[in-house]
Amino acid sequence: MATSTADPWQALADPTRRQVLARVAGGPCSVTEIARHLPVSRPAVSQHLRVLLDARLVDVHRQGRMRVYEVRASGLDQLRRELDSYWNATLTRFKDVAEQTYQPAETTAEGTQTR
Amino acid sequence: MSTTSQDQTALELDIVVDVPVEHAFRVFTERFDEIKPRDHNLLAVPIDRTVLEPRVGGTVYDLGTDGSRCTWARVLAYEPPHRLVISWDISPQWQVETDPDRTSEVEIRFAAETPERTHVVLEHRHLDRHGEGWESFTNLGSGDGWPLYLERFRAATQRHADES
Repeated sequence: MATSTADPWQALADPTRRQVLARVAGGPCSVTEIARHLPVSRPAVSQHLRVLLDARLVDVHRQGRMRVYEVRASGLDQLRRELDSYWNATLTRFKDVAEQTYQPAETTAEGTQTR
Repeated sequence: MSTTSQDQTALELDIVVDVPVEHAFRVFTERFDEIKPRDHNLLAVPIDRTVLEPRVGGTVYDLGTDGSRCTWARVLAYEPPHRLVISWDISPQWQVETDPDRTSEVEIRFAAETPERTHVVLEHRHLDRHGEGWESFTNLGSGDGWPLYLERFRAATQRHADES
C-alpha cells in the first residue's frame, strides 16, 4: 500500500473532519466513541480518520480488539528539535570563545613578573 | 553536550568549559554577539551586532546594518556569575512575539566544578506557551490555535518531504 502524505490543510478543509480531529484531540478514542458524538455514520468516521492518518495529523494503535486514535505531537517535537539545534550551536560557540579568551591568572602574573 | 527530554515542553543542554565560573558568565553575557547563531535573523537586513543588556529589565536585541533593531528577549534574572534568565519572545515561526503570555524562557546556570572548570546548563522551558495547539487542543474552534498549529504542521511535513 502506498503511503500518501496528504496536505494537512486539505485534510482539514472539511468541517466534519475537523470535528473528528477535535474529538481525537480531546483524548485517545475509538471509531465508535467518535461516531457516538457526531451526526455521521461509523464508516464515514473511518473514512475521515483515514484522511487524517494520511495527513499525519493522527496516529493509531491497537488496544486489544480496538483501534485507538490519538493526535500526533509533531508540532511541539518540531519546535524542540529546532531550538535544540539552535542552543547546541550557541553552546559550542560559547565554549570556543570562553576558552580562547581565557588566560590563567598564574601564567599571566608570572609572565609579567619575569619580563 | 547532552539533551534530556523528560518534559516535552522543555529542553535542557549542558556543556563543560575549561574556564573559571566568572569568566564563563562574563563571556556568555558580554560576548553574546559572538556566540549566538546568525542564521535566524528576524530583521530584513544582515545583523550588525547583538546586544544583551546586563540587568534585570534589560533586553536582548539585534541591530541591523541599516540601524534597524529587533528586540527578541527580556532579561528576567541577572545574577553574576551563576545565573541568567531571558525570555524567548520568538514564535515557532521565528517572528517576534509581542504577547508575553505566549513566550517561553531560557535559563542558563553556571556552576564551578573546579576553580578552572565550569559546568553550564541551559534550559529552555514553557515551550507550550507559544501557542495553543499541543496541550490545549480542546478549544479548537476558537482563537488562532488552528492557523498556528497548521502552519507548523505544514512546515514539518514539508521538511519531512525534503528529507526523503
